[in-house]
Amino acid sequence: MISFTWLSSFRYTDKPGDTDPQQWNEINGYIKITQDNTIKILNPNPEFGQNVMTSLPMIVAEELDVDWEKVVVEMGPHDSVKLGPQFTGGSNSLRMYWKPLREAGAAARQMLIEATAKTWAVPVEEVTTKAGMLYHEKSGKSGTYGEFASKATGIPVPKGVKLKDPKDFKIVRNSKKNVEGLKIVTGKPLFGLDYKHEGMLIAMIEHPPAFGMKFKSFDASETLKMPGIKDVFSLKMYEDDFEQAGFDTRTFNDLLVVVGKTTWEVMNARKKLKVTWEPVSDTKDIIAGFGRKREVIVPAGLESTDTHLEKMKEYASKPAQELRKDGDPETAFKNAAQIIERTYNAPFLAHNCMEPMNFFAHVTDDKALLVGPLQAPGWTEPTLSKVLKLPPEKIEIQMTRMGGGFGLRAYGHYLVEAALISRQAKAPIKLVYSREDDMTYGIYRPMYTATYRAALDANKNLVAFHVKGGGIPENAIHPNRFPAGAVDNYLAEGWAIPSNITIGAFRAPRSNFNAAAEQSFLDELAETMGKDPIDLRLELLQRAKQNPVGKNNEYDADRYAGVLKLVKEKSGWNNPENKKYKRGVAAYFCHNSYVAHVVDMVERNGQPYVERGFSAVDCGIVVNPDAATNMVQGAVVDGIGNALYGGLTHKDGAAVQKNFSQYRIIRFHEAPKKIEVHFVQNDIDPTGLGEPPFPPVFGAVANALYQSTGKRFYNQPFISQLKELSKA
Amino acid sequence: MVTLNINNKTYNLEVDAATPLLWVLRDVIGLVGTKYGCGVAQCGACVVHLNGEAVRSCVTKVSRAVGQKVITIEGLSEKNDHPLQKAWLELDVPQCGYCQSGQIMSAAVLLRENKNPTDEDIDAAMAGNICRCGTYLRIRKAIHLAADIQQKTKNG
Repeated sequence: MISFTWLSSFRYTDKPGDTDPQQWNEINGYIKITQDNTIKILNPNPEFGQNVMTSLPMIVAEELDVDWEKVVVEMGPHDSVKLGPQFTGGSNSLRMYWKPLREAGAAARQMLIEATAKTWAVPVEEVTTKAGMLYHEKSGKSGTYGEFASKATGIPVPKGVKLKDPKDFKIVRNSKKNVEGLKIVTGKPLFGLDYKHEGMLIAMIEHPPAFGMKFKSFDASETLKMPGIKDVFSLKMYEDDFEQAGFDTRTFNDLLVVVGKTTWEVMNARKKLKVTWEPVSDTKDIIAGFGRKREVIVPAGLESTDTHLEKMKEYASKPAQELRKDGDPETAFKNAAQIIERTYNAPFLAHNCMEPMNFFAHVTDDKALLVGPLQAPGWTEPTLSKVLKLPPEKIEIQMTRMGGGFGLRAYGHYLVEAALISRQAKAPIKLVYSREDDMTYGIYRPMYTATYRAALDANKNLVAFHVKGGGIPENAIHPNRFPAGAVDNYLAEGWAIPSNITIGAFRAPRSNFNAAAEQSFLDELAETMGKDPIDLRLELLQRAKQNPVGKNNEYDADRYAGVLKLVKEKSGWNNPENKKYKRGVAAYFCHNSYVAHVVDMVERNGQPYVERGFSAVDCGIVVNPDAATNMVQGAVVDGIGNALYGGLTHKDGAAVQKNFSQYRIIRFHEAPKKIEVHFVQNDIDPTGLGEPPFPPVFGAVANALYQSTGKRFYNQPFISQLKELSKA
Repeated sequence: MVTLNINNKTYNLEVDAATPLLWVLRDVIGLVGTKYGCGVAQCGACVVHLNGEAVRSCVTKVSRAVGQKVITIEGLSEKNDHPLQKAWLELDVPQCGYCQSGQIMSAAVLLRENKNPTDEDIDAAMAGNICRCGTYLRIRKAIHLAADIQQKTKNG
């Protein structure tokens, strides 16, 4: 049997935007059909493992009414007019494309019906479709979509076409295999680093050894003598006064570039560079993104983790910015019978995408071609246009599959660098970051801290809740999230410390810290109040539903409670048979979806080990259930890994961890044996899944560690405390 | 000049003998299924078979491969039907997919040496392969499935 995966794989063109020799009739931006009824659906959004290459075309195919096994999927070109916003981030792919893709499929189907009705001279209402075929029952006529595709292109695009009732879905809600599966398991070129172009050279950037440094001078004479080396030069990333957009991150502005024939030759030749580095003074960044222009002074200095921690302690004791206040928290704390106060800390995290940053660029005087892994071409293109002084229509960005992204590839600095290098080198080049370049460049998950306080009355009722959070260089506080809305007296405050270490989005930004801290705190609070940790959350959510406190509460208390109830049931939370496990629970709402986890720890070789997990998820309609399950399981593994081992520290401005030999990533034996994933069944429009399952894992792990060791874990990565405990 | 046998094909190449096999495969020959992940033998994305043994091509000098038999992911099976490739597709293992060729190449050696590995055998044999997407559970399952497929093919 030839499955869809195989077929599509053979038909997939390596160069997005290329057309096959046969004639494609473009029904709309997403759908092309040949005379012989081959149906091609373009995936608009960059793929980094969240499986949109499969799930988004499934939505089109559903409404178009075609046989999924015969559909050919292709990565679309960067074309925001035809293909929409085209960004992978914020768990938005399904959420933002759900309706447009259904409409595109339904409209195309309607156009095919109208074209057919006209040809057969029958009423439009009498033409029906099934799996890529058109029928007129009364006359017995039938035909393929392909036969009418060229005529359908002439039909005006209908508006307001009726969409399917979810109960009639045939493709959506059924697990479909990754359309690029075969290419992955046979090692076909898919990723940016695999891309080849005639005459292409390799470029690498010699970054300063530390944040807060730049090069003063360099001597490339030895480098230039090395085999394969074509050129060594320096160039400036942004001119002074450059207005950065929201995702233009500039870690190092002066680039020292080595260009050569092959990656290994360039890697080797870099070692021969003689560079004198000097400290950078305070630098002004003008940031004009997100609709407001502001100036940020990036401080000079060589920063270290020790001083970061001291500074965070100092700031935590100072007055902070009020983010939300309900009732009279000050009085409530003053009159409390008991106050619990706990402080949580988390380090910088490096994304460590398995495929290091890279991009191909060929820039000439009048145009630019860029190919590679990028989460949001539409965010980087305007920047590129400004930097290269080329109009956007002269810039073509092609999106390859990404070897991970986790938020990092939303920042297109490496694309801009590649373009500038190509222009200077007057050649097509691929900029390649080594693993060390990638890990030490910055754009990390920020360093965070938060102090949580709860006030209890004499009957151990929760009367006030206070969170004061800070970080380098931002705080993580979401003031309108649970338990805001569930406590009469509530205060959220935030502060931040500027830094020259650059930060950026990392799988569920801010939430990935909040869920760790807040969900650990709630666990400790429940224990103090003498309540089951799930029951306490459900009681608070009940309060938030019946009589919500304050305004702008971001979450739906019913859906939040729904995942807690589901995980309670599926994990056998109260089942005595599970007593042998040290169990931790946590739940969180972010990026429009709700997730609760129970993780079960056992002792193995004297160390706590998460042997199994149970996850309950409410993300509305689950488009591709098996792939969604994979994503949740992966997020649990990623969460366990980062909670236990993740962390990047600094000494005199330099990242201490430079490769996987120093930066510990979770490995096979540390991954659970089993993770059961359960989805809440409803017909709510789908929301994202790349991020929401990740944050609550941290809290669940911390809570299970407490059950396992009798100690609370306040500081990530938890491995440090575990090591201390083993010594004791 | 070095002469290499890769996927049963002979290549005569003008490369420095100290160049890691990884970069010869990727940049000189154009076999890009073998991935660069760390360059220091820590992640396993670059695993190939050298005379049937799994080696990290990022730290294996090409001189070591001269006169030896090198198999990469592209040469693992003639018809893309190695039991592991079948199992990987059946269970839809990959997320981003970048590490998977290295995972499969490591697993292939395990499966040849151990026809019916336990979870513990898999964890031990695969400890050198990182997956940042966290597909470890599915990889374990796929190796078990591949062991079944291998067994059935032999009996069938």
